[in-house]
Amino acid sequence: MNIVVCIKEVPDTETYIKIGADQKSIQESNVTFIMNPYDEYAVEEALKIQEAQGGEVTALCVGSARADEVLRVAISMGVQKAVRIDASAPFADSLTTATLLAEVLKEMNADLILMGKETIDDGSTATGPMLGELLGVPCMTLATKVDVAGGNVTVERELESGTEVIEAGMPCIITAQKGLNEPRYPSLRGKMMAKKAVIDVKNVSVDAPQVEIVTLQNPPARGEAKVVGEGVEAVPELIRLLKEEAQVI
Amino acid sequence: MSNILVVTEHASGVFRKPTFEALSEARKLAYQTGGKVVALVMGAGLGDLTGIPAQYGADVVLASDDAALSVYHPDYYSALVKEAIASQSANLVLVPATTLGRDLAPRVAAKVKAGLASDCLSLSLDGEALVATRPMYAGKVIAKVKVTSAIKIATLRPNVFAIQGPDAGKTAEVISLPVPSVSSKMEVKEVKASTSTKIDLTEADVIVTGGRGMKDPGNFAMLEELATLLGGAVGATRAVVDAGWCPHSDQVGQTGKTVSPNLYFMLGASGSIQHWAGMSGSKCIVAVNKDPGAPIMEKADYSIVGDLFEVVPAMIAEVKKIRG
Repeated sequence: MNIVVCIKEVPDTETYIKIGADQKSIQESNVTFIMNPYDEYAVEEALKIQEAQGGEVTALCVGSARADEVLRVAISMGVQKAVRIDASAPFADSLTTATLLAEVLKEMNADLILMGKETIDDGSTATGPMLGELLGVPCMTLATKVDVAGGNVTVERELESGTEVIEAGMPCIITAQKGLNEPRYPSLRGKMMAKKAVIDVKNVSVDAPQVEIVTLQNPPARGEAKVVGEGVEAVPELIRLLKEEAQVI
Repeated sequence: MSNILVVTEHASGVFRKPTFEALSEARKLAYQTGGKVVALVMGAGLGDLTGIPAQYGADVVLASDDAALSVYHPDYYSALVKEAIASQSANLVLVPATTLGRDLAPRVAAKVKAGLASDCLSLSLDGEALVATRPMYAGKVIAKVKVTSAIKIATLRPNVFAIQGPDAGKTAEVISLPVPSVSSKMEVKEVKASTSTKIDLTEADVIVTGGRGMKDPGNFAMLEELATLLGGAVGATRAVVDAGWCPHSDQVGQTGKTVSPNLYFMLGASGSIQHWAGMSGSKCIVAVNKDPGAPIMEKADYSIVGDLFEVVPAMIAEVKKIRG
């Protein structure tokens, strides 16, 4: 089985994001970039499927040379090959990202494509479903359980009010939700392999994005923090404030 | 700009609240453009549902009533939205940023080559372009984005846009929209609806969140009681979800849900940067923590320094008292 996992580098969740001088991007100095957490679930699932059914796993990402680092993390987890589509900055237009991925995936003959349900930087949950449309293959989102058997892929999806079971043949795309699995740590041997691994860099041209960032702003400042008091004695005053001042109950 | 299409969503015979928010916003934008607001209603056995969107601003209702639409199917639903865009010459499409909407909107965007702005907090028009604000980095930054494609699609974060209506006197023209023939390679085998009557966190007006300080999953019953009393839902921090005390669907924060209720209780949690990212859009934040130096105490609108096992029961009693 030929499996491709799409991954992305994102600022660590611990990062305090500072807006850059251009007001359109974030300051990247002192930011630790990590593999998008949801993509880790996708990598783990790809490796599990490969271990059970054989084949090969390739990690694919869109990014600058710095993103080679997360591709190497994927290799250290057990992925065999890495491909990077060269792009200088992340795109505000998910369709641009999906189109770049689609152009390269068209040539890769993947049976199964996995990726995180969203990236924690842009947060659009859009790339997977868009890629499905562009490639003309089924995309099943928010997977918390995946079964591959007899050429069929069965996915349990997390909904707001329950779960859903959806099935498709291959090739297909699956986006991973938290709960799908417990991502493994890189092995020592994996880290050695990652150091030596050759990353295949591709250049793809696509149309200009149709969504662009005008400015980045800090979230609106909140009002003053008010310590109402200590212990049970402060409760009547708190409830009064919630009712009369904030008018939320 | 011509017509605005709103993709509606309903469950158990009633529209979900974010649908009314999207219709109200569409109405507001349509006053500027002079175009019509078109509501697309999809499902099986729609009955009286098609009469409702008019009360929130729809001029036209496209009704797609077909057994194939009884549950959400990405291929049928996205094909229908594409059809609706074409038949009504819509160049702006608003979709609630629910689980369904966030799955559907990108598919439609790829089909019609539209620019997509996800999880928007505000929308405005700038000539032919759509300008939206939307959270990035899980709300640590608000981005103002400009969508310049011919057809523009925006998903709207629940609980952010104001509802105008219902105006019971309003009616709309109802047009039937047949399901286009689609050959799908996906099949929905089963929908296991949750038996709980819990309000989804993204739609809840009040959220009562517990962290590690709750000490034991059994203690969440107290939070349930407070949430139920206020018509809200219980949320959880990543720590208690990872500990297996609460399901992931309850998690608020950077790897959970982003919420914006009117009132957010933060109980027994210090307020990590990842959690704050997911709930800082709440209108009013209340924290109870033993540690006056916990990060959340500097940010919460109101806080009480104290033992939550004493303070929460007292809050329950006090709310009961004022509610009579």
